[in-house]
Amino acid sequence: MTTAERADSHMLDLLSGFIIELRNAGLPVSLTENLDAMEAITHIPIEDRDAFKYALAATLVKNNSHWRAFETVFEVYFSLRGREYSIGGSGDLPEIDEDDQPNVLPDTGGAGAGGAGEAMSPEQMAEALFQALRRGDDALMKAIARQAVTRFAGMEPGRPVGGTYYLYRTLRNLDLDNILDRLLQQAQDDAPAPLTQFEERLERDEFETRIDKLKKEIEAEIRRRLVADRGVEAMAKTLRKPLPEDIDFMHANREELVGLRKAIYPLTRKLAVRLARKRRHGRKGPLDFRNTVRHSLAYGGVPAEPKFRYPRPAKPEIFVIADISGSVAAFARFTLQLVYAISGQFSRVRSFVFIDGIDEVTRFFEGVEDISVAIHRVNTEADVVWVDGHSDYGTPSRCSGIGTAGKSDRRPPF
Amino acid sequence: MDYRFESPADVRTRLRSVDYLSDEAIAGVVFLADRLGKPILVEGPAGTGKTQLAKSVAEVIGARLIRLQCYEGLDESKALYEWNYKKQLLRIQAERNNESTWEDIETDIFSDEFLLTRPLLEAIRATEPVVLLIDEVDRVEIETEALLLEVLSDYQVSIPELGTMEARQVPMVFLTSNNTRELSEALKRRCLFLHIDYPEMDREKEIVLTKVPELTENLADQIARIVRSIRQLELKKAPSVSETLDWARTLLLLGVDSITEAEAIETLNILLKYQSDIARATRELQGDGGARKPGVPRTS
Repeated sequence: MTTAERADSHMLDLLSGFIIELRNAGLPVSLTENLDAMEAITHIPIEDRDAFKYALAATLVKNNSHWRAFETVFEVYFSLRGREYSIGGSGDLPEIDEDDQPNVLPDTGGAGAGGAGEAMSPEQMAEALFQALRRGDDALMKAIARQAVTRFAGMEPGRPVGGTYYLYRTLRNLDLDNILDRLLQQAQDDAPAPLTQFEERLERDEFETRIDKLKKEIEAEIRRRLVADRGVEAMAKTLRKPLPEDIDFMHANREELVGLRKAIYPLTRKLAVRLARKRRHGRKGPLDFRNTVRHSLAYGGVPAEPKFRYPRPAKPEIFVIADISGSVAAFARFTLQLVYAISGQFSRVRSFVFIDGIDEVTRFFEGVEDISVAIHRVNTEADVVWVDGHSDYGTPSRCSGIGTAGKSDRRPPF
Repeated sequence: MDYRFESPADVRTRLRSVDYLSDEAIAGVVFLADRLGKPILVEGPAGTGKTQLAKSVAEVIGARLIRLQCYEGLDESKALYEWNYKKQLLRIQAERNNESTWEDIETDIFSDEFLLTRPLLEAIRATEPVVLLIDEVDRVEIETEALLLEVLSDYQVSIPELGTMEARQVPMVFLTSNNTRELSEALKRRCLFLHIDYPEMDREKEIVLTKVPELTENLADQIARIVRSIRQLELKKAPSVSETLDWARTLLLLGVDSITEAEAIETLNILLKYQSDIARATRELQGDGGARKPGVPRTS
């Protein structure tokens, strides 16, 4: 292992810990990939943090949906370290750059200058934040993120709390929604002519992006301090982000569900491709007589090479019967979405939803391009509550002539 | 072995000189691929410059680009090599009258002369620098992927009748994938992985300015902003970089110097290719999309 020898041994320890943590988080890292990573970093100047990160990513992460999990682990293992990140050290923050400060607060007479922000009142801080966001000043935003964490998160050394709690406390104090409103108002006032809704929309997207950036910065800051306080291993475990494929459906939070929805779209395409291939696989279409005879000319009229038409196997019909009662609604939604995304693969899709009554909802999906609109209509319009609104699996199986109770005159499915 | 690039920064500047604006991830991975002698698997949405990356790298290092376009049903004879059996048959027939033995003929007909090289073998046997581009590798069946493995890991091709042919130099190899199916672990393991996503707003603006230099900075900025806003919507197909460029050219032809709502909506069909997407974006740009957070005072 010549490459390993070259890497210095502390680095090696850190890296193997890193890789073990990646595996714990569920990323499939093989031994070869591990060796590749070791070799890769010998070519990268170690002080270039970004290059280092991308070198590890390119060799270890082979699936884009694992990127977030990788990034979290990376941030924990290779977090910036130093005295200024310790939880207790709020008083002597040397990092709030002197050269950033003098022009920060033109309106309030530069009250924050030199004093490392300690002297700033909450109002001044809000004002500084407002200015930073308005101008998209990254350096100032970082400084404020650090200040805000020191001041609002109320972090205590050794306390076994995850980062979310601190994040929530910090954000609540910053009141970003209010600041967004102010920013928009300011943009309105600054514009020579009143902004059209279109322009306002663009402005808002811009500010929202900046605010997102600030949130990320705050999150990173909290993470850095937690790591400094409680050590790498403990934090890696606490902060671990599940891979999209490992998220427990019933306990997914909103952000995770959005992630899932994004993950489903390419999934359906993959599934459709696979279904089409599978049905075609190993089949040949009927004999193409003309083509065979034409090719037989090359063999002096002997049909030595039979030709077949392109196989077009019949598509199956599918019936979806989904329970949409509260407890499993998220999952039902997922199923309906999946089925309609691959509806091209079926000759006909009919869907029924039930709680303790059952109703056909195919009509909601007809001619609707946007599946979420259709699902919304299903949730509001479908007639599925019969007695008490609790799931009754007997009803759909009893009513095999689904929807026959005067609701649908269509051919029953079974 | 000589390296082609000195540092990730070198990759970036040189790619920029051929009008390809990379970012840190792209430059870093290209640099590593050169150093480690490994193929790069490039993945990402359509139209983000995956194929163009290979072309640009080839141009930068002055190499010939050999391209293997993958499709369902690609096989050995199209990807690696094939024996020119028609010529072999002729040869056997021509030998019939002579006194030569079967061994003579056999060694003769399985020689270089009768070998038809296909892209992979061609890249291996090239003496000059080459860049091998295996495009849309996700289109081949999973069994066919195995054909690539020997080439990708050892840069060699085994031909039973001739023996193993090793590469005279390690070519740079790019594989692109649109992610229509999961590639096999074996293939992924041999490659460096690079995901190219839609660019950040600033980079997109730069790309627009580089590719359509006649645009004013102001307009390019507006274009990048609007495209970013549109990408945030939930669409069937978000606009890609190439569509952004088409849009920029369109606006240039129309002589627009500042995009208004009406102009944006009229030309949306350049950016978006589904009617439902266009309808949705129109609704959103007009400002009455219900999906946004309420609670912002409107003064106008």
